[in-house]
This record gives sequence, structure tokens and C-alpha cells, in this order.
Amino acid sequence: MKTSRRQFLKISGGVVSASMLPFLKSVPAHAAGDDVLVAVTGQTINSLDLHRTGTNRASYQVAINCYDRLVSFGTKDAAGGGLAYDYSIIEPELAESWTVSDDGLTLTFKLKPAAKFWDGAKVTAADVKWSFDRAVSVGGFPTVQMKAGGLLRPDQFEAVDDETFVIKLDKPSKLTIPDLAVPVPFVINSKVAIENATDDDPWAMEYLHKTPAGSGAYKVAKWASGEQIVYERNDDWVGGPLPAYKRVVLREVPSPSTRRALIERGDVQLSFNIPNKDAAELASKVDVFSTPIDNCMHCLCPNTNFEPFQDADVRKALAYAIPYEAIFKTAAYGQGAPLWGGESEINDIAWPRKSPYYTDMDKAREHMAKSKFADGFEVPLSISLGLASWMEPTALLIQESLSQIGIKTEIEKIPGANWRTAVLVEKRLPLHLENFGGWLNTPDYYFFWAYQHGHLFNSSNYMNQEIEDLVNATLHMPVEDPEYAPKIKRMFEIAFEDLPRIPLWQPSLNVAANGSTDYEFWFHRQLDARPLKPV
Amino acid sequence: MKKTTTPNRVRAVTGRIAQTIPVLFGVVVISFLLTRALPGDPAAYFAGAAASEESIQQIRVALGLDKSLPQQFLIYLQDLFQGDLGQSISTGQPVATDLANRLPASLELTLSALLISCGIAIPLGVLAATRPGSAVDHICRVLVTAGVSLPTFFTGILLIYIFYYLLGVAPSPLGRLDFIYIEPDHVTGFYLVDAAIAGDWETWVAALKQLVLPSITLALFTLAPIARMTRAAMLSALSSDYIRTARASGLSDKKILYTHAFRNALLPIVTTLGMVFSFTLGANVLVEKVFAWPGIGSYAVEALVVSDYAAVQGFVLAMAVLFVILNLVIDLMYTAIDPRIGFDSQ
Repeated sequence: MKTSRRQFLKISGGVVSASMLPFLKSVPAHAAGDDVLVAVTGQTINSLDLHRTGTNRASYQVAINCYDRLVSFGTKDAAGGGLAYDYSIIEPELAESWTVSDDGLTLTFKLKPAAKFWDGAKVTAADVKWSFDRAVSVGGFPTVQMKAGGLLRPDQFEAVDDETFVIKLDKPSKLTIPDLAVPVPFVINSKVAIENATDDDPWAMEYLHKTPAGSGAYKVAKWASGEQIVYERNDDWVGGPLPAYKRVVLREVPSPSTRRALIERGDVQLSFNIPNKDAAELASKVDVFSTPIDNCMHCLCPNTNFEPFQDADVRKALAYAIPYEAIFKTAAYGQGAPLWGGESEINDIAWPRKSPYYTDMDKAREHMAKSKFADGFEVPLSISLGLASWMEPTALLIQESLSQIGIKTEIEKIPGANWRTAVLVEKRLPLHLENFGGWLNTPDYYFFWAYQHGHLFNSSNYMNQEIEDLVNATLHMPVEDPEYAPKIKRMFEIAFEDLPRIPLWQPSLNVAANGSTDYEFWFHRQLDARPLKPV
Repeated sequence: MKKTTTPNRVRAVTGRIAQTIPVLFGVVVISFLLTRALPGDPAAYFAGAAASEESIQQIRVALGLDKSLPQQFLIYLQDLFQGDLGQSISTGQPVATDLANRLPASLELTLSALLISCGIAIPLGVLAATRPGSAVDHICRVLVTAGVSLPTFFTGILLIYIFYYLLGVAPSPLGRLDFIYIEPDHVTGFYLVDAAIAGDWETWVAALKQLVLPSITLALFTLAPIARMTRAAMLSALSSDYIRTARASGLSDKKILYTHAFRNALLPIVTTLGMVFSFTLGANVLVEKVFAWPGIGSYAVEALVVSDYAAVQGFVLAMAVLFVILNLVIDLMYTAIDPRIGFDSQ
């Protein structure tokens, strides 16, 4: 019988000691077998410090696996199998308990007395303050994300004693506590960081870039950018239940075909963020978790700077002409959730939701005939080369369909590095595909970024005074407020009437597992190694 | 007849190196200007998903992109003279470190591919030339056409599918070493050499196993030019006057073939090898992607996609230096193969 490596590792993990292993320089046997998770991903981790300038999305997982926040979200069963975070439940991580003052302006956190950093030092409120000060001071993405929760300045944070940490807000907001559970406000061992800070680098950006100093569930045993990261469990972790895997090896394999061969053969136990096509085809062979991404949708955006799209009938003609079903099958391989053909009456505040539009070429032609552009027009349809896997098939299908109602499109492919500037900063693309996903899972947060005038993801240059007022009113309002739901419903009505963004479908994050279970989906779309278990 | 004396050669080599300085300076200027001419704003890209105009500006200042182009160039030159190639934003490492890690990976792959490729292509070309129109000649032609017409990523995936997925004889295509091994101490960066220096033969075998499929993939692609050039050069050598003279003098076939024909045919082969080597080093991006090989090709492409200026400039400079060295080595080989060629005559 031929022993596969997995079997071999299982055997050696149980019985054979390190000295008996045939590999002179291989990992010790205790780290083999069921104790070790080998996962693959196509993304590169370029820093171990989320706060650093230029840290990419894939690196956020280090903040999750190696650092703790004050609080975390709960867990629930996910729609596409496996688990998912639960936005409605806030759970303790470093904080043991917390209270909110009656006016909602003062949040007081009690830290877990047993919480320790990897070097054995106690986690104190001073560490929390230093870390929060850093997040609001370094600029760039961390500072923007902190701002979303009303956390703007170091003077809002106070370490009352070793175990008491206080946040003072300028105005009460329902987004503050959830914003403490996103990857950004992680707690750093400030003594270690300050020792390694310099006058030019008061926040120890250079040091923490390569050497994390946290209290999280995993330590970084090894990191080679472009190759792999190896996590090793912190057995003293108090932030949650001790993870099942002692060691997690995450290898970077750029080619999706190679990743697929590896997971099918069972040489790796988890393949993170697999293409929709593989998710559809692998489902019969290995465990596939395909979770629709919360508060995220792929849409077609007509830019109101472009004259024909100022005409409401043209925008409605677009919405009726899109071949939704074909796009969902071809570009998404049926993964995710459809966002068309919904009821015209809005009865709840779920978002993203199905728009009342569906494919009906006759209605599309009617709207075109009613508009000032009955003879049709020409417009470029822009897509990003970096997101070509879903944008290209989608654009081709839309192009074909729009040609039937007299709108002639030419597909313009924009390189990944220019895309952001063109679509979000300059907002100059007349017709384009876009996908924004909000980390904080409330509709007002989505509308804040994507529908309010001048905001980054409002790539359609949409401006509607009622939407402005509704978003400003609801953004910090508690969801339980009786005024909240009616206002949100009104926002949905306007959004579907004005159509600055035409929803196509809600994308999914796909993960394949072969020998590993309890995968948990997170809004940040990175691998959380902590809940994973061997089968 | 040995004309070139050793001091002479040293002087010639130094002269050649001195000649490359303006070339390298030109490369520095052009790579600097070209990267700046790339469309796209790295500050906006690296500011991340939810960045505001203000945070993009902060990043622009942090990256030094708010300064004028001549200022940026002077700063770059200053750093360069101190051996500092800058910091890659996409990998978060100094460019020099990245290159030191990745160049050996690419070189190890390319060199072993060329070794395989030469081992097959040169004998095949010689055989085909000595028996034109025979079965060997046809086999050579088919192999060469197939090798060059199959794109490397396709051959790579096909080999993985057959030898790893179906047969299970190849190791997991997980880069230079399977995850259960720890890489040998860094001496040269070539795992085979470093493992041998450390005397760690288990790792040596493991590294070799990882190398087999990707280097065969690349070798298949490089077979064509080498085999065709060998065949053509041998054919022209075999039909030349000096071979006729040699035959008339009654020399043995073996002596004619190897001493006279092959040696003369080597010049164009070495020239081709130099060319093949340089384009393979840059062009093995696809093989690197398929086999998760942490090489320099995929590094450069990733850097280009995100307008990572320092990384692209570092890559171009490293390649330029490499080509200068390569050309020098090839010129030296010319003089070794054919003593009539001296540096002075060039």
C-alpha cells in the first residue's frame, strides 16, 4: 500500500518522535498530522501590520489570527454551509464586560485580568490606548475605518487603570461597538512596540511590519512574502476557545488550477477564496462553503455626468435590458444570491435586496422610446482588468443585450492600478461595473459610502437631497429606533426609482475544504484560522 | 596557437565592464521614466478600499511621490549609490532582499531547464544534421514544433495533471520545497547548492523533486531554438570546405564530427543559448505561477500591475546587470571556442 503524505503525517503525528522522522530538517513530528492545517491561497501577504501604509487586504488575516480586539462578533450557521459571523451579537475578546452610559457618549470596558501578550506581559488598558491612538493617528485606511465608528482623536481614549479603558464619543452611534470588532482596532503590546520605536517612526511601523507583538490565538512562526506564512498556536490565549490546530501553514499558490489539484488530492486541507467555477464544480468532490458576502453587491453603474443617463427612462431601460439570469449563470456560476425580480413593495430592511427589475426587452424598448434618446447612443462600458473574472463575461452579456435597445457599447478594459483612480477618485466612467461591500452590516452604512454625493464608492456621481438627509439621519441611529425602518424603506424606494446602481447579484466568498471543518465566514473576507477543526 | 595572454584578457574584461557603465546608467534613467509614465496612481492604489482624498495624499507624501520628478530621480540615484534599491510596497520588503531571494529561485529553475534542454537538444540536433531526412530528423522536427507550440502554462498544468493529480508520483506543486521541509541556510540561494553545502541530502532530494516538473516544462519550451540552431549550424559546418579537406585527408568520421564540425558549430549554438537564457529568465512567469515558484518573473509582473515603482526599477536594473554579465561570459566563451576571436578584434 502506498502511504500518502496525509496518512503518513497522521501516523507520525501519533506515534513517531521527531528523531525517528526520516527528514533531518523537517518540522517536528508533534506539529504534524491532525495538529497541522495546510491551506492554500492565491493572495500575497505583504505585511504583518495592518496599520502600515500599503498593507494589502490579504494581510488583514494577521490582525485577525495574531491580535485581539476588545470585542468580536458572534457565530451563526451560514447560508452556503459552514459558519458565519453574526453581526447582531457582540462577544467579548479582550474585554470581559462593557457598559454604555445613558447618553451613549461614554463606553467603559473592563479587560480580562488573565489576558497576556505572547511575551507574558499583562494586557493593560494602556496597551489598548496606545493601539487605538496609533490607529487614529497613522492615516490611510485604519484612520478612515476608525472614523466610521466615531473614533477620531487620541483624546477620546483613556486608560483609567490597568483593567479599565474608556472611550468618549462626540455623538452616540450604533456603529461604534461593531467598529471595535473589525480587524483595525487590534491591541498591540505597547511596551515592545515603544522599545522598538524611533524618533522618525514613533508608532514602530518598521518593527511591527515584520514582528507582530500581540496577544492573539496564533503567533507567526515564519513569514516569507510571496511564499508562505506559518502560524503557531498561543496556548495561553484567553480571547476565545483554544483553536484546534497547533500549526497553520498557509501557502501562496497563484495558479487556481494548481490550487484545485492540491485540494482535490487532499494534500492541502483548505483552499481559500476559490473561483466561482471551481466552487460549482468541486461541490460534488470536497466540502465547498459558498457564502454570499454581507452588504455587498455587484452592480452596473450609469454615471449621471453622462447626459443620456440623466434621463430616468434610459436608466430604467438599462435595468430591464440586463440579462440577469444569463449573467448569474455565466459570470457567477450560480454562486451567490440573485438580486433581480423582487417585489415592488418594500416590506423589510434587508440589504442587499432584490430589485423590482427583471429582464424584459419590451419594457426596455418602451422606456427607451419614452426617453429623449429614442434613437439610441454610444457609450463605453468600462471594466477592471484586475476583476476581469466576473466583469468580462458580465460586460459581454450586457453589451449584447443593450445593442438590442439601440445602446451601442464598447468594452473598455482598464488596468487594475488605474481602475480605482478612474472609477472612484475621478468618477469619470460613463457606464461601468462596480462592487462595494461594507464591513459594518447596516443598509445606512452602505448608502453612506455608495449613494451619498461625493463619497468614494458613489461612482455614478449620484446626488439626491432626500437620500442625503435620510442617510445622515439613520447612520448613527439605533436599528431599534421606530423611525429607523421607515426611513430605510424610503431610501430603498428612491434607490430603485433613481437607479444610480443597478444591482446584478450578491457575490459569494468560496472556500473548499478537504479534511477540515467549521470554516467561518467573516465580512473582512480573510481566513480566520481560529475556529477551524480537523474532520 | 594561443595569442591572448592572461593580463591582456584581464584588461579586456575590465574594459568591457567599463563600457557597460553608460549602458547601466541609461537603463536606470529609462526604467525610472518608464515606471513614472505608467498610468495609474500607486498612492490611490495602496491607500486601500475606503481611503479618503486626505489619506491618499498622506500616502503620496509617505512614498515621496509629492516631489517633482527630477527630485525623485536624484533621491533614487543617491539611494542607488548606497546600494539601496528602495522598498517594494507590494511585498513590503526592501527590493534588494526580494531580488536576493527570488533571483536565485529563477536562476536555479532556468539553469536546470537549460541543462535538460541542452542535454536533449544538442545531441538531437547533431543526429538530425548527420542524417538529414531520416527518422531522427523527423522526430527532432516534431519534438521541436510541439515544444514551441505548446504554451508553457499549458504544458505545466498538463504535467501537474498527469504526474501529480492522476499518477501521484510528483510532489505537490507547492513551490521550491514541500511544507514539511525547512529551507537550507542561505548561502547562494540555490536550494540544491545550499542543501549540498549543509550536507542535508534529504532536503536536497526534496528540492530536486520540486524542480523536476517546472524545469521539464521550461525545457520543452526552450528545446526548439537550441535543437534547430544545432542542426543548422552542424549542416553548414559539415558541408564546408574544411570538412571536405578533412575527409580527403582520411580522418575518421568521429574525429571530423566532434573535433572539426561540432567545435565550429558551437559558436552559433552558444549565441542562441545566451539569447534563450535571457528570454527564459524573463518569460518563465507562467511556469512560476503554475508551480507557485517564488521567482523574479512573477515578482515583476505583480509589481507592474500595482505600479510598484521601486520593485519594477530594481527588477529592470537586476536584469540589465545580469545581461551584461551574460554577454561578457558569452564573449569569453567565444574566445575559448575559437581562438581567432579576440577582444581586440571586436
